[in-house]
Amino acid sequence: MNVAAAPNQTSVADRLSVTGTGNALELRGVSKMFGALAALSDVTMSVRPGERRAVLGSNGAGKTTLFNCITGDFLPTTGTVRFFGEDISVFPAHERIRRGLRRTYQISLLFTGLSVLDNIYLACCGVSRGRFSFLRPRRNDALMATSEDLVNVVHLRDVKDTRVSELSYGQQRQLEIAMALSGAPRFILFDEPAAGLSPTERSELIEILTGLPGHMGYIIIEHDMDVALRVSESVTMMHNGRIFKEGKPAEIEEDPEVQALYLGGGE
Amino acid sequence: MSVTDPTASTLSTQSAFGVNDQSEEERARTWYERIPAAYWVLAVILLIMPAMASNFTLDQIFGRTFIIGMIALSLMFLAGYGGMVSIVQMTIAAVAGYMVAIFGTSAITAISLGWPWWISVPLALVIAVLFGTAVGALAVRTEGIYTIMITLAIASAFFYFARQNYTLFNGFSGFNGVLPPKLFGVDWRGARALYYLTLFWATLSFLAVLYVSRSPFGLALQGVRDNPRRMAALGYNVNAHRVAAYAFAALIAGVAGVLNVWQYAQISPGTAGTGPVIDILVIAVIGGMNRPIGPFIGAFIYVVLKTFAIDILISMGLSGDRFQLLIGISFLLIVFFSPDGILGLWERVRESRKRDPLTDRGGGAP
Repeated sequence: MNVAAAPNQTSVADRLSVTGTGNALELRGVSKMFGALAALSDVTMSVRPGERRAVLGSNGAGKTTLFNCITGDFLPTTGTVRFFGEDISVFPAHERIRRGLRRTYQISLLFTGLSVLDNIYLACCGVSRGRFSFLRPRRNDALMATSEDLVNVVHLRDVKDTRVSELSYGQQRQLEIAMALSGAPRFILFDEPAAGLSPTERSELIEILTGLPGHMGYIIIEHDMDVALRVSESVTMMHNGRIFKEGKPAEIEEDPEVQALYLGGGE
Repeated sequence: MSVTDPTASTLSTQSAFGVNDQSEEERARTWYERIPAAYWVLAVILLIMPAMASNFTLDQIFGRTFIIGMIALSLMFLAGYGGMVSIVQMTIAAVAGYMVAIFGTSAITAISLGWPWWISVPLALVIAVLFGTAVGALAVRTEGIYTIMITLAIASAFFYFARQNYTLFNGFSGFNGVLPPKLFGVDWRGARALYYLTLFWATLSFLAVLYVSRSPFGLALQGVRDNPRRMAALGYNVNAHRVAAYAFAALIAGVAGVLNVWQYAQISPGTAGTGPVIDILVIAVIGGMNRPIGPFIGAFIYVVLKTFAIDILISMGLSGDRFQLLIGISFLLIVFFSPDGILGLWERVRESRKRDPLTDRGGGAP
């Protein structure tokens, strides 16, 4: 697909969307094979800058695989991934992250031997030039100050010097989010952030997600419909590695096929 | 980052009167108080040691301990913080030693270029670091036991190459008469001077490792050890960090290599033979790989055992050349009772004293 092939497109925005360069995230024909198993087949998806989208689907629908292909944890078998217009399909994970993409993990991947502050500090260093610094942070270190700010954002100030292994599960999930927010992200992928949280922690999570600055778009994988539909403005349903339906939260909720397949009809 | 974030500005004003200043102040006030008392005692003892100990002890026990300890420290840095067990550290030290002999002065005048020490020593260190970095670039493509295998293969290759190459490495006999420069009119091979020289460099590298372990680079290295996938997802180039760790470790091993060749005034392929190369791993494991002090404890035990094993064996009526057996048994015992070395043993004793329900909570604390 190129611009010449679509002569009826008139506005610049239309032509940009044809090339896929106007979107925050543009996936075209992304497939991922594990041997003979197609974890993702021919996924095409565009997400506008600042858009908040939920990805729903049963276990094994390919949601986390989709995230892994976007962040480069592993490379897709076929297809292209564009991030703010740039083709990042063959980039290693760290190059994608340095361009403003972030993710959280379904099972917390934290540095349990380090303190909360050190975890966030590491996340801040990763996207700055200070990565290779052999000098310890000084009294007025900018990254350390940013880390302290992020600790406050996710309500972890009281435990900032605690080892991560001593945190509660909910606090670890919040730390995951703080690490994803480090260093001016442009787009974030949340992999089941509400899994295993108490009702109070869930409402705190919703507060954090809805309170993110407008330019930060995200995709959220979530099983809890209450959370998913409240924090998103569009929904993508996945089934067996394919995109099955896209729409507004209200449309998806009332779709009979979706109800039969996923909501079980009795929700 | 250049993207202006509306929340960022409001948040940074918060920290002006927040947690930030308070903890920084605390940190600044207590930096010397955080050093355990035992380290102060140790420092004083080490400084006045030449007044008490014989020349033999200073040179053969402590001089050796500091030099071998530094090489083991470079392994500890890679293995403890980076999770990469490199067998090649002794070889890197030998490379630095050979370069000092080749570029500087030795009895083999046909090969040695006779350049002054202030060219030959830095050049030797640069080459050692380049060599270590190149080994690292190869080894980071492997994990776990394959890292051990590939570094062992490189170490063996260097040993055989140095033994068979006569144009550069002078083959089997190597170089002798490699003397340290008479800087400030001091004979640096004298027991007392060598003691202070090696003590200085050992302390410096110990402090450097301690310092770097808490720097962004050191933290990132520990992150790479614990969770490389997560580090990549935070924007770190995992392999670049690993290679840089090899370079830093090679610098420490290189300095130790220069001191090593000066202490013996000679270097030969045997310096980097398979035995000495693996001994470094044994030393690091005996001492404990979790903290930078571990390798020096391990080196001290190793040197003492190696020096006195013959006397012990002979006093027991056994043949003296079985000293390796004694070292091997001690190694087995330590690893058997404490997989994380003497340090691990010590930490477990402290932990169990703390946990005693009859005493108050401060039982094990100094």
